[in-house]
Amino acid sequence: MSALQIKKGSTKHSAYNLRPNFSDVEERHTLAVIVDNEAGVLARVIGLFSGRGYNIESLTVAEIDHAGHLSRITIVTTGTPQVIEQIKAQLGRIVPVHEVHDLTVEGASVERELALFKVEGTGDKRVEALRLADIFRANVVDSTLSSFVFEITGAPEKIDAFAELMRPLGLLEVARTGVAALSRGGAA
Amino acid sequence: MVVQALKDQGVDVVFGYPGGAVLPIYDEIFQQNEIQHILVRHEQGAVHAAEGYARATGKPGVVLVTSGPGATNAVTGLTDALMDSIPIVVLTGQVPTFMIGNDAFQEADTVGITRPCTKHNWLVKDTEKLSATLHEAFHVATAGRPGPVLVDIPKDVQFASGTYQAPQKGGSRRYQPQVKGDLEAITELVAALETAKRPIFYTGGGVINSGPGASQLLRELVEATGFPITSTLMGLGAYPASGTHWLGMLGMHGLYEANMAMHGCDLMINIGARFDDRITGRVDAFSPNSKKVHIDIDPSSINKVIRVDIPIVGDVAHVLEDMLKIWKARGRKTNKEGLAKWWSQINEWRKVDCLKFEQKGKVIKPQYALKRLEELTKGHDRYICTEVGQHQMWAAQYLNFEDPNRWMTSGGLGTMGYGFPASIGVQMAHPDALVINVAGEASWLMNMQEMGTAMQFNLPVKQFILNNERLGMVRQWQELLHGERYSHSWSESLPDFVKLAEAFGCKGILCKDADDLDDAIMEMINYDGPVIFDCLVEKHENCFPMIPSGEPHNKMLLGEASTKDAIGSKGAVMV
Repeated sequence: MSALQIKKGSTKHSAYNLRPNFSDVEERHTLAVIVDNEAGVLARVIGLFSGRGYNIESLTVAEIDHAGHLSRITIVTTGTPQVIEQIKAQLGRIVPVHEVHDLTVEGASVERELALFKVEGTGDKRVEALRLADIFRANVVDSTLSSFVFEITGAPEKIDAFAELMRPLGLLEVARTGVAALSRGGAA
Repeated sequence: MVVQALKDQGVDVVFGYPGGAVLPIYDEIFQQNEIQHILVRHEQGAVHAAEGYARATGKPGVVLVTSGPGATNAVTGLTDALMDSIPIVVLTGQVPTFMIGNDAFQEADTVGITRPCTKHNWLVKDTEKLSATLHEAFHVATAGRPGPVLVDIPKDVQFASGTYQAPQKGGSRRYQPQVKGDLEAITELVAALETAKRPIFYTGGGVINSGPGASQLLRELVEATGFPITSTLMGLGAYPASGTHWLGMLGMHGLYEANMAMHGCDLMINIGARFDDRITGRVDAFSPNSKKVHIDIDPSSINKVIRVDIPIVGDVAHVLEDMLKIWKARGRKTNKEGLAKWWSQINEWRKVDCLKFEQKGKVIKPQYALKRLEELTKGHDRYICTEVGQHQMWAAQYLNFEDPNRWMTSGGLGTMGYGFPASIGVQMAHPDALVINVAGEASWLMNMQEMGTAMQFNLPVKQFILNNERLGMVRQWQELLHGERYSHSWSESLPDFVKLAEAFGCKGILCKDADDLDDAIMEMINYDGPVIFDCLVEKHENCFPMIPSGEPHNKMLLGEASTKDAIGSKGAVMV
């Protein structure tokens, strides 16, 4: 368990104590929230964000422990340090929430996202798309004579970059999963 | 099964209103005598009555209403209880599970609608889980920072039979908020109070929610340290108003000495309050030179509005106990010299006598009415409820509260129509006590249908209405910051309250002459039954002191003289 776990309310361990003052600088944080996998829990989390005016950049959710009925919600959010602290404390208050981890301050972490890109084109553009896909280690998961569907995983920035490159080459549709993230190292 | 669970949770009274989707539970209630059911006249009244009951007893209040409109009518009460941290358990009927989502008759997405206005809620789809869920509901409502919970029970789940589980000791595993404060932080706080020159205790509803033990510890702490103490609206009674260290309520309509002391202190010890905007005024000028300590059971209250130096998450009683222990072990030190100077400064502020008013002639000043009410009822076993508005602030200023759990008012949500049903709940909890609802005529009319409840159950609640034929607080704001354009803030076509009382079969008293006031109040107290007291008061009286919106504590308005253009355009957008 990380020292920065908020759930049980020990403010001594709050990252806030490391900060001298309220700051106006917006920060981007990745939060991992372990919740009971029950009806309505996602609505509680999303309702908290909309009701209190917090941002959600990305949100993913899936069951991670079938026997224990646990799901993991990964939220990427932005806000001032005060707002980020509030978000964590408010999440910790929700009854079916077990743990709230701020992966951004708890040490190094890895973030990955999966995306599917449908690109339409012929001739040079088609060849160029395929070549760039190779550079980005994207896989072709569907092909017709005039289109590809690429599958790509990576940090969100990599996917953004790939999207920029595909746009002039006939990008039709994008589907992204949102960020999944884990802390690095052996400790959970 | 539902009734069994309520009995096992120690419930003796339920406030409710039947309907199609709760008939099986009402059938169970019919066949027993241990739990008394109070039939209200509107579901909002049921929830406020349960709130009043909860606040006067410290036990959770219980509400039983039907699906659809029954549940939606309960929403205001739920929100009110959430804002003021009042433990209530609301049971709603729901259409049968197989009809959910079909827009069935009296169907509403109750858990969806009430999700943001409850601490937690449940839809029980399986009878096997019903009893455990009900016990969990009581645990969540009362553990940690208390609040309202709701259990939505479809009709087929009510009809089906299942295995009943008795409550487990200690509640559920999964919801166990921290009650013990961090000892390192408490030691830091003790060190700060040993040296503080200008300390102040700023206490709130958290002290009352923590139980009578917390109020006892607070009193011991205040007497032993000799520090001044002020309280929010919600915390009145935790420390006795007759105590020598009492400065009175603080905040927007708080006392001059309390607000000035908050502004000038060097150590602020917040115990179970939440830096609400009615307290802080302008946040960036709030008590600029003080070290701030915040004791709160809810981690999300800390650093939400005001950045504090020593945060302590824990239950007030536990933290105060540890704090006293540590302070005594370290030799009971305080900065005596600094404190003496601080008190002489506070006594200077007290000389301003910010609550002074002049009762001239026959027209009753509302302040005078409350002063007489205080004088004539203070020896009684007395509980006070209020509605919301000027009368509420005057009641907080002019009535004295010596003990916790004797003051029920809608603080956070500011719900007009709260006080009357709340007084019914209080009277249910304390049948022999003198329960008075200090009201304004407009607030009171919002839930006046509950007069039927008071009559049916012989609840001698006294409705003390300060009738100025105005929405007084709205009118005051329009006078101060909307150019005296009194848009829709007067009460036209008011009923004759005496005749209204007679129509319900209770007593009505009209008083419009200051000379008759004492006799009229005595008549109200001595009447054995509900009374509607129509006290006609000065129509244009404003409530002072007042911190104008957007101003800090030391920029208080004290009286009629200094109110012109007091609120800048920036402050005018704040309410």
